[in-house]
Amino acid sequence: MNDDQSPSGAIDNPWQALRRLTPARIALGRAGTSLPTGAQLDFQFAHAQARDAVHLPLDADELAAGLTERGHQVLQLHSAAADRHTYLQRPDLGRRLDAASVQTLRDYPHAHPGGYDLAVVIADGLSALAVQRHSLAFLDRWQQQASEDGWTLAPICLVRQGRVAVADEVAELLGAKMVVILIGERPGLSSPDSLGLYFTYAPKVGLTDAFRNCISNVRLEGLSYGLAAHKLLYLMREAGRRKLSGVSLKDEAEVLSLEGEAPAAIGNFLVGD
Amino acid sequence: MASFSHAVGHHTWRFDSLREVMAKASPARSGDYLAGVAASSDAERVAAQMALANIPLKHFLSEALIPYEDDEITRLIIDTHDAAAFAPVAHLTVGGFRDWLLGERADEASLRALAPGLTPEMVAAVSKIMRVQDLILVAQKIRVVTRFRNTMGLRGRMSTRLQPNHPTDDPSGIAASILDGLLYGNGDAMFGINPATDSLGALTDLLKMLDAIIQRYEIPTQACVLTHVTSSIAAIERGAPVDLVFQSIAGTEAANAGFGITLQVLQEGYEAGLSQKRGTLGDNLMYFETGQGSALSANAHHGVDQQTCEVRAYAVARHYKPFLVNTVVGFIGPEYLYNGKQIIRAGLEDHFCGKLLGVPMGCDICYTNHAEADQDDMDTLLTLLGAAGINFIMGIPGSDDVMLNYQTTSFHDALYARQLLGLRPAPEFEQWLERMNILHQQGGRLRLGDPVPPAFRNALAQLG
Repeated sequence: MNDDQSPSGAIDNPWQALRRLTPARIALGRAGTSLPTGAQLDFQFAHAQARDAVHLPLDADELAAGLTERGHQVLQLHSAAADRHTYLQRPDLGRRLDAASVQTLRDYPHAHPGGYDLAVVIADGLSALAVQRHSLAFLDRWQQQASEDGWTLAPICLVRQGRVAVADEVAELLGAKMVVILIGERPGLSSPDSLGLYFTYAPKVGLTDAFRNCISNVRLEGLSYGLAAHKLLYLMREAGRRKLSGVSLKDEAEVLSLEGEAPAAIGNFLVGD
Repeated sequence: MASFSHAVGHHTWRFDSLREVMAKASPARSGDYLAGVAASSDAERVAAQMALANIPLKHFLSEALIPYEDDEITRLIIDTHDAAAFAPVAHLTVGGFRDWLLGERADEASLRALAPGLTPEMVAAVSKIMRVQDLILVAQKIRVVTRFRNTMGLRGRMSTRLQPNHPTDDPSGIAASILDGLLYGNGDAMFGINPATDSLGALTDLLKMLDAIIQRYEIPTQACVLTHVTSSIAAIERGAPVDLVFQSIAGTEAANAGFGITLQVLQEGYEAGLSQKRGTLGDNLMYFETGQGSALSANAHHGVDQQTCEVRAYAVARHYKPFLVNTVVGFIGPEYLYNGKQIIRAGLEDHFCGKLLGVPMGCDICYTNHAEADQDDMDTLLTLLGAAGINFIMGIPGSDDVMLNYQTTSFHDALYARQLLGLRPAPEFEQWLERMNILHQQGGRLRLGDPVPPAFRNALAQLG
């Protein structure tokens, strides 16, 4: 065994160069065959940070101000889960609006009596951090790309203690043909701020995940705003054409955009190009 | 529908159906409270366990928990039940069955022969009156051996799914995690990627990439890109190299509808996989993932407790002769399994119940950051499942899945279990590790070979 050894006997891995290729925790070295002390404590700290992110409350007022500055109408809503503790144990409550929010939507004077093309919902989910960091920037990018479609947009709804399916109730009450929800995904050790997008055509209360399409991991180190917006637009246009969403609507956005290009991008250092 | 009662002292508890006895006999977990089916007190729970222990196994053949007419999985269970295989235990109650399983008549051969005679509800029932040590002791009697390009499930062996997920499916990032895992001796169960997106073009690229790595280094393993079964079928139609066909499954027809599948769709996926003829040692090629709480999460549990729903998913799995089945035990979150104690018990139940039904069980020993669990809990479950004879676990860099945002067992964790329990990789892969001078194992003694084996030096040199 001729790996690099520290005085403690912990062994470094000589493939450190791989670390720049992935955020994964590779080349950690070993003590015996176990994690060396440094890597072990780094992990424990990251876990502690992620635990803290789960419990950070959403600053809905700040988000609403940002949306208003951009000329959006904003409605602030709350799920039927009264607090974080209830939210974590009762997903059924997080999927429905509380009574006051239902009333807010019923009372909303509809500018488009025939209903809207699209409702956008923003919910804290399991990471308010993700929503606060990415939702405005993503929406800006999406709107640039979507302007030519001329869709009518419902007021943007902020839902605290919300889960994915709460978007269906919002959209149904607003009379929207399509809905997309921007929601904080469960925090990972290396990604406390990952945003997820869930899209549904003809949303109504009680739909299952089979009727939704998901675009996951939107954040600076993950899927870019531009690519996420491109995927979402593809889904919306296809859904509008085929009158459906979910597993029947495969995300072939990339297939289409790559059609006719060079051979598949599978090259990597293990197999050469 | 029968009703059941049990008296202890002056108090008599009544249960209106087998479904209610089963639910109330379940060891406490948050998902059953969420569903409103759990026992309302500890005493009621044990009374339900006592009532359950007195129910004849035969009764499970006449009272379906979910009606035959309403659910294709109930129909599958009843229609494929093997009465001849059931005969050795047909005279027993649930309680008597527990005693029988712990006794000498239950050994590797008799349990293998019995499996087709058991329904998931019988198996779930007996697990509810078993302690952790019972679940381990009986499970380790059983071996479920499967083959594709190597052999899973032999006694004294434990395999690892190398899970090289990357937030954007970057090929070099995935390759980096694969190499790290291989150099720690992981990857014999499969290279299994959870893709960040489900576009057909991206899936095809990932499949080609994994195939190229396996061929280039002649690694006796198999690849899987975990996408919807209909996407795998589409990929096969486009000529992509598909080894294992993946699907998430649950234990009720309605929950599977939530996943966008039926038994017929699974059959089509299985046949598409078989048409590839890519297995060299065998044609077990389905890879299923399950987890307690999935039926409730889809609001499709019919008032049945989550552990019984989970075991019904194994009846779905075994119909397609799977290569491996993975209970992703702590992924679903604290609303179903609240803390380390509940996750540990559930992992052991799932492994025991799957094995008893003849399913090649593995476990994604995992937790999320919103659950009350940590690495100590995972170490405990890993040690117990290693002792119980689990077929495979996950192996990822540093326990941190940077795509799915949860924590599971690491490459290092697998070596811990090998060292502690003397568990070796699949024989074909073990020989490859020795030939490549990566890992040599004698009993619990592990020796890692060259820091970078010659075959990989060129690849690393390209990176400068």
